Amino acid sequence: MDSHPALLSVSDLHAYYGESHILHGMSFEVPEGEVVTLLGRNGVGKTTALRSIMGIVAKRTGSIRYQGRDLIDLPSNRIARMGLAFCPEERGIFASLTVAENLLLPPVVRAGGLSLAEVQALFPRLQERASSQGTKLSGGEQQMLAIARILRTGARLLLLDEPTEGLAPVIVQHIGSIIRSLKQKGFTILLVEQNFHFAATVADRHYVVEHGRVIDMIPNGELAASMDKLKAYLGV
Amino acid sequence: MTLLFGIPIQALFGQLLLGLINGAFYAMLSLGLALIFGLLNIINFTHGAQYMMGAFVAWLVLGHAGLGYWAALLLAPLLVGALGILIERTMLSRLYKLDHLYGLLLTFGLALVIEGGFRQLYGISGAPYAVPEELQGGWNLGFMYLPIYRGWVVLASLFLCLGTWLLIEKTKLGSYLRAATENPQLVQAFGVNVPVLVTLTYGFGVALAAIAGVLAAPIYSVNPLMGSNIIIVVFAVVVIGGMGSILGAIVTGFMLGLLEGLTKVFYPEAASTVIFVVMAIVLMIKPQGLFGKGS
Repeated sequence: MDSHPALLSVSDLHAYYGESHILHGMSFEVPEGEVVTLLGRNGVGKTTALRSIMGIVAKRTGSIRYQGRDLIDLPSNRIARMGLAFCPEERGIFASLTVAENLLLPPVVRAGGLSLAEVQALFPRLQERASSQGTKLSGGEQQMLAIARILRTGARLLLLDEPTEGLAPVIVQHIGSIIRSLKQKGFTILLVEQNFHFAATVADRHYVVEHGRVIDMIPNGELAASMDKLKAYLGV
Repeated sequence: MTLLFGIPIQALFGQLLLGLINGAFYAMLSLGLALIFGLLNIINFTHGAQYMMGAFVAWLVLGHAGLGYWAALLLAPLLVGALGILIERTMLSRLYKLDHLYGLLLTFGLALVIEGGFRQLYGISGAPYAVPEELQGGWNLGFMYLPIYRGWVVLASLFLCLGTWLLIEKTKLGSYLRAATENPQLVQAFGVNVPVLVTLTYGFGVALAAIAGVLAAPIYSVNPLMGSNIIIVVFAVVVIGGMGSILGAIVTGFMLGLLEGLTKVFYPEAASTVIFVVMAIVLMIKPQGLFGKGS
């Protein structure tokens, strides 16, 4: 499991929204080329962890090392330029932009991203709706667009916040196959999920989050054996 | 004499032209205000003072450096825009996380300080500014007499408005601006330097006001209060068009100028209030403005 060096390693991460202390010393690692999930109940700090790594939560302490460099003091635009890309839980599709403009919005930050043709091959539906207003797409299509637009930027580490939330089972399956094919293409993915049945189909390892801390790590291979423990953690 | 609706046709078209000229200024000024409000969430009460400074730059560079109208048309937006960027970097940027009211107080206070300074230096009587030689004279169109300079102002305004609209709706930079207006955090997390975008947008909105000031100098003469005279109407235009709507600002600016002109013909007593009556009606029926999105 530890054959790859960590692309991202987070240690003792604390984060705050105003007066509220959300993350209490979170630590975990994302090895290069793996799909890693943060599992946990609502409100335990999974989304805040992603937003802290991306620099959107400004008030944060600890260490977030990416390719050996600490991101903790960088503003989010500099973090993006180092090769991290974020797909937010609410999808963040812009209503005043067309589908094509949404797709082309994130600037290319380095070489090595997918070409527009490759992105369109993965998401053919987006091309058909290219001139529609971004928010006129269905929920599933908006999720596809939110993932599609961060693939051409050259980012190597994708932070996906609950990409399956509120979607029909057939679309969830489709997103699963996309995540697996992104892994094959060499992307490293940090995924926030509540649905561990879905997480088990795509991930290499799972970190369990509770009260703003990582309390356990379960390699995907041991998931079946750890099911009782996991159900207790997640309260399902 | 030809009559139309019982009004001499010359008088009707004369007033419509005046309305169109006023509308051209309303459009240029409300466009800058809408841009700034959209991205900065700040109601730029300094806008009128910045328009006035544009006119003063034209007058001052003519008197002190012998630079004429065309040089002023280039210099005024650069100088006043640079001053705007300085204001944004040193003062406005500290207020974005606070309530709207602080931005309003700061920009209103700045407007008073700037206007007071110019009154102290130049008095309130105002200075005439000659129409540039190339644009003197006029054409008799048969149904009315069109002074060339006034035609030029309408064309220049249309050109600026259309150019700004194309920049925002059809370019990559414009898509960053529209996206950052909706969700600046996410756009920044994609790697766009949003604080720089914000600064440039403020500078651009202010530069538009300064160009309007130069265009206005030969028509309204140059005086320290010219900004506060027009800006209240311009705020009404922005509210009617829909706060932050670019197209709304442009279309509403021209329409309300024309409406004002028509009112002067048919019911002169209401000419100075008709825009505020329209504002009240629009606020009752469609509070987000004619071109505003959502509620």
